[in-house]
Amino acid sequence: MTVRDDDVARIFRTESGRVVAHLIRRFGDISLAEEAVQDAFVRAAERWPVDGVPPNPGGWITTTARNRALDIVRRESTRTQRHAAAHHGSPDTTAMDDDLLDPDETITDDRLRLIFTCCHPALSSEARVALTLRLLGGLQTDEIAKAFLVPEATMAQRLVRAKKKIRAANIPYRVPDGAELPERLDAVLTVLYLVFNEGYMASSGDALVRDDLCDEAIRLARLLVHLMPDEPEAVGLLALMLLTASRRATRTDADGDIVLLADQDRTRWDLALIADGHELVRRCLRRNQPGPYQIQAAIAAVHTDATTSDVTDWDQIVALYDHLWSLTPSPVVQLNRAIAMSERDGHAAGLAEFDRIDATALASYGPFHVAHAELLARSGNTGDAAAAFRRALELTEEPSQRRHIERRLTAMT
Amino acid sequence: MTQYLLSVWHAADYTIDFSGDDAQRMFAQVSRFNEELEASGSWVFANGLEPAHTATVVRPVGDPATGFDTTVTDGPYAETKEVMGGFWVIEVADLDAALEVAKRAALACEGPVEVRPFQGE
Repeated sequence: MTVRDDDVARIFRTESGRVVAHLIRRFGDISLAEEAVQDAFVRAAERWPVDGVPPNPGGWITTTARNRALDIVRRESTRTQRHAAAHHGSPDTTAMDDDLLDPDETITDDRLRLIFTCCHPALSSEARVALTLRLLGGLQTDEIAKAFLVPEATMAQRLVRAKKKIRAANIPYRVPDGAELPERLDAVLTVLYLVFNEGYMASSGDALVRDDLCDEAIRLARLLVHLMPDEPEAVGLLALMLLTASRRATRTDADGDIVLLADQDRTRWDLALIADGHELVRRCLRRNQPGPYQIQAAIAAVHTDATTSDVTDWDQIVALYDHLWSLTPSPVVQLNRAIAMSERDGHAAGLAEFDRIDATALASYGPFHVAHAELLARSGNTGDAAAAFRRALELTEEPSQRRHIERRLTAMT
Repeated sequence: MTQYLLSVWHAADYTIDFSGDDAQRMFAQVSRFNEELEASGSWVFANGLEPAHTATVVRPVGDPATGFDTTVTDGPYAETKEVMGGFWVIEVADLDAALEVAKRAALACEGPVEVRPFQGE
């Protein structure tokens, strides 16, 4: 059996988060856990091509990394803190062997704990995103840096400081309970949503890295739903991601130019993702505890239900935006509602709705100006439409968006 | 267990009428909070500070070769818009426990509270 570097890399991606989480609980030390897991994968890259991939690669990595961590702790036993931490987590080696009997149970819980630690509100938003991708997603520092367009040294420092804060401030490693949970879960969902959007919105950067971010966000959201199946907003977020991602391939044409929702080739939407997404939307709505992610997922579900743009159920979409507005009255929700109304009731109704939007709040939000320009253009007001397109152009650096706006602008003049 | 500094911050030019309703309400809240904190076993030390203009700064001058002397100047050390008005030192299990205490502290003293860990032993 041949083993390629790809195999090790793939297994790293899927297994490292689990093993890192497990070792952090065992040893109470993030850096030690990361080092031990890295070493285990180096061993795998050496051994597997000779011995073949073991029947349970995850178990092999776990055992190897745990032994490696124990070696490091023993060697550095003069560092009393680490030693104490190791013993604190595991009073004796029997307990560790017992652990192997039912690895799935505890390791699953470990990853859930780790998500909540990484997304702790005491950490900056940037640090939460970076830590989650690094510790749970198994992304390398340079990959995360590339994805967020910051120098690798900046990202490395961000990660080091965050880990230092977790240690110094003693940020706990546990799933928050009862009253705390909704707010803390919301912080976790926000991080996953940020990762997904960063990948999907393509404000700039390498397209491949961006797709990777979307996939990673979906993978982590699936994990969260698996770990917390009774949280409808977690299910809602996963559904929203899947339904949004189902249109990914049709958002740009062969030249990398933007294709609007109405013009997308719907036969190329990913039917498997849509089926998955619809199933999840039904599942969470059945619980009747609607939240912002569930409603946005429901909106995406209505869009993906329409085989052509003309048969979109805009009535339903407006109703869903009304509901969303009652939960989160933000100007962006108002904007999207106005767009849906213009589709349902025509441009005059849409423009009337636009006048009610807090335009100051959205002054530097490009999509607001683009949508406004389109409505103005439809109403025949090409002068104001051109001005709005020009404003939108000032607000984006992203080449495909700029080309799109420039084309629309040319059509106005 | 970790020790944390919970510091209360307010504007440098902040003044309070000690006999006024606001001050009386706050004092009552803070003393109740302090009693609870002591009863919970998390209390290490706490007190309010006199205004920043009452501070004095002592600093070393010189270098290791010639030896050091000290100077005394009027404070505060840093001219900032916000100053520390008082603090608690608490000992609790972890940051979440410290944040729980800090939430109650912020509500009691009606001002922002910064939570900062002490170095471990």
